[in-house]
Amino acid sequence: MPILTVNKLTKAFGGLMAVSNVNIQLKHGELVGLIGPNGAGKTTVFNLLTGIYQPTSGTITLHQNNEDIAIQGLKPYNVCKRGIARTFQNIRLFKDLTVMDNVRIAMNKNTNYNLLQAFAHTKAYSTEEKEILDESIELLKILKLEHKKDELAKNLPYGEQRHLEIVRALATKPSILLLDEPAAGMNPAETAQLTETIYWIKDNFNLTILLIEHDMSLVMKICERIYVLDYGMVIAEGIPSEIKSNKRVIEAYLGEDTENA
Amino acid sequence: MKKSINGSTLKKFITLALTFAIVQVLVSTNIINDYIFSTLATICINIILATSLNLITGFTGQFSLGHAGFMSIGAYTCAIITLRNPTMLGFVIGALAGAMLAAFIGFFVGLPTLRLKGDYLAIATLGMSEIIRILFINLDSVTNGAAGLSGIPQFINWGWLFVFTAGTIILLNNFIKSSYGRACISLREDEIAAESMGINSTKYKVIAFVTGAFFAGIAGAVYSSYYYFLEPNLFNFQKSIDILVIVVLGGLGSLSGSVIAAILLALISTYLQSFPELRMVIYAILLIVIMLFRPQGIMGSKELSLTVFKKWTRGLRDKKNGGVA
Ligand SMILES: Nc1ncnc2c1ncn2[C@@H]1O[C@H](COP(=O)(O)OP(=O)(O)OP(=O)(O)O)[C@@H](O)[C@H]1O
Ligand SMILES: [Mg+2]
Repeated sequence: MPILTVNKLTKAFGGLMAVSNVNIQLKHGELVGLIGPNGAGKTTVFNLLTGIYQPTSGTITLHQNNEDIAIQGLKPYNVCKRGIARTFQNIRLFKDLTVMDNVRIAMNKNTNYNLLQAFAHTKAYSTEEKEILDESIELLKILKLEHKKDELAKNLPYGEQRHLEIVRALATKPSILLLDEPAAGMNPAETAQLTETIYWIKDNFNLTILLIEHDMSLVMKICERIYVLDYGMVIAEGIPSEIKSNKRVIEAYLGEDTENA
Repeated sequence: MKKSINGSTLKKFITLALTFAIVQVLVSTNIINDYIFSTLATICINIILATSLNLITGFTGQFSLGHAGFMSIGAYTCAIITLRNPTMLGFVIGALAGAMLAAFIGFFVGLPTLRLKGDYLAIATLGMSEIIRILFINLDSVTNGAAGLSGIPQFINWGWLFVFTAGTIILLNNFIKSSYGRACISLREDEIAAESMGINSTKYKVIAFVTGAFFAGIAGAVYSSYYYFLEPNLFNFQKSIDILVIVVLGGLGSLSGSVIAAILLALISTYLQSFPELRMVIYAILLIVIMLFRPQGIMGSKELSLTVFKKWTRGLRDKKNGGVA
């Protein structure tokens, strides 16, 4: 059952075709990889999916409750409200705020008390704030960050900042999670731990995941299907074993470090 | 959990009640005479102005140069209403009407400009407050033009000053410590990340801006009823800058910083009144010196609380022992 269909998605920056006629389909509950050499257009695809960039052409369709919803061109917060959440390759935490506040901010869209109740700190306010607090601690526990809840995000070590990005995305209660190089800068042990965590959240939060990653061992291990981008175009699509032996993929990676491809 | 919430609420309540009672006693016994009281009124009005501008500029990160404009709307509305209906009720209605009108105008200026990326708000608010000022000069029949309105009934006593000032601080603080306030702060921190996490940036910017305008209107009402005289040029560009100075000096994103800076600047400028020819020079030099040594403002984005105080004293102790790594 498809949950997201990307059709002929194109993004031009001046004369540069960063993304060109890309077709992607995600099925409910899948864990799909998006790989490609540096500058292939992977992050640009995420930016198009989440409304940060407007596509030059093409459509993005979300299939929810037997309904097809066109989401290309929606503002990022509306895309998020539709259930797509992401992490950022170049970490974009609210770095001067606490770990806890980073998570609580992402819970804003599911908060129900109104403005007057916020001004007056009524019962409705305190009840819901308590729930938000408890829930954010539960979320932080998943990535073992609960004991750092009062630290400023910028004071976390790099790996934990990446973890917090994931927790923050989860806090928006997404159905589709887009992870942009979650293992970047991590050592093999940390990457192995992260792999387990990704499996765990996928199952426990009933997620569909699209994952950008340069670490091929991680991609080949956990992705059910893989799309390969090069110069903005999808040059291959298939299961990991097919991708590994695909000639065009090997060519695209030539000159890059192909050892682990 | 429940107990500690009640405990801190109780502490706050006692602090507020004590502040009110002590000043009330000092006023009744005339230890706070009319002269000191006028400084007190300036401080309270500036606290309302600075905390409300801080919500817009310090917490939400939107640069506004029109706070004096919103203040003038509150001041004139309240004055005109109390002149026609010189009762306590007239004053309260006037203050609320003035604040609501300021909020209303804030909405119509804010909605179109806050949708745009970039510092359009600064230009729009600057233009708005100039237009309002010129309107007040030219609407002779209602505002008495450049000559101004005089003989506005005076209802402001310590009780009202306290209610409006403490009320503003409490309400703004409540807002900031809510989901709404966190959304505003997230926009200041990283608008793209905030939008990607489901925060409708325009909505929260408008809420912050309209709220700020509302309280600026309240400050204007208090001003008109205390000084019983208004003229359009009181609310010029310079006035907006004066308010911004308090906010920046106290710390962008700190309500207690705004309160401290409002008190400090009022005391300094009262003191400097004995040196009229050097007043502005010394005032400017002081500001430069403070900003050189604390560019983030007196409080930065922190709030004054017992924990901050403890950290300070611990920091001092560490320094004394040479234990700073
Ligand atoms: N806002 C922009 N303006 C102009 N060009 C851009 C913009 N964003 C991306 N590009 C260009 O589009 C191309 C694709 O960039 P993108 O960031 O999507 O690559 P990527 O596959 O994520 O690479 P990496 O693996 O290095 O993260 C690059 O040539 C990049 O310079
Ligand atoms: Mg990228």
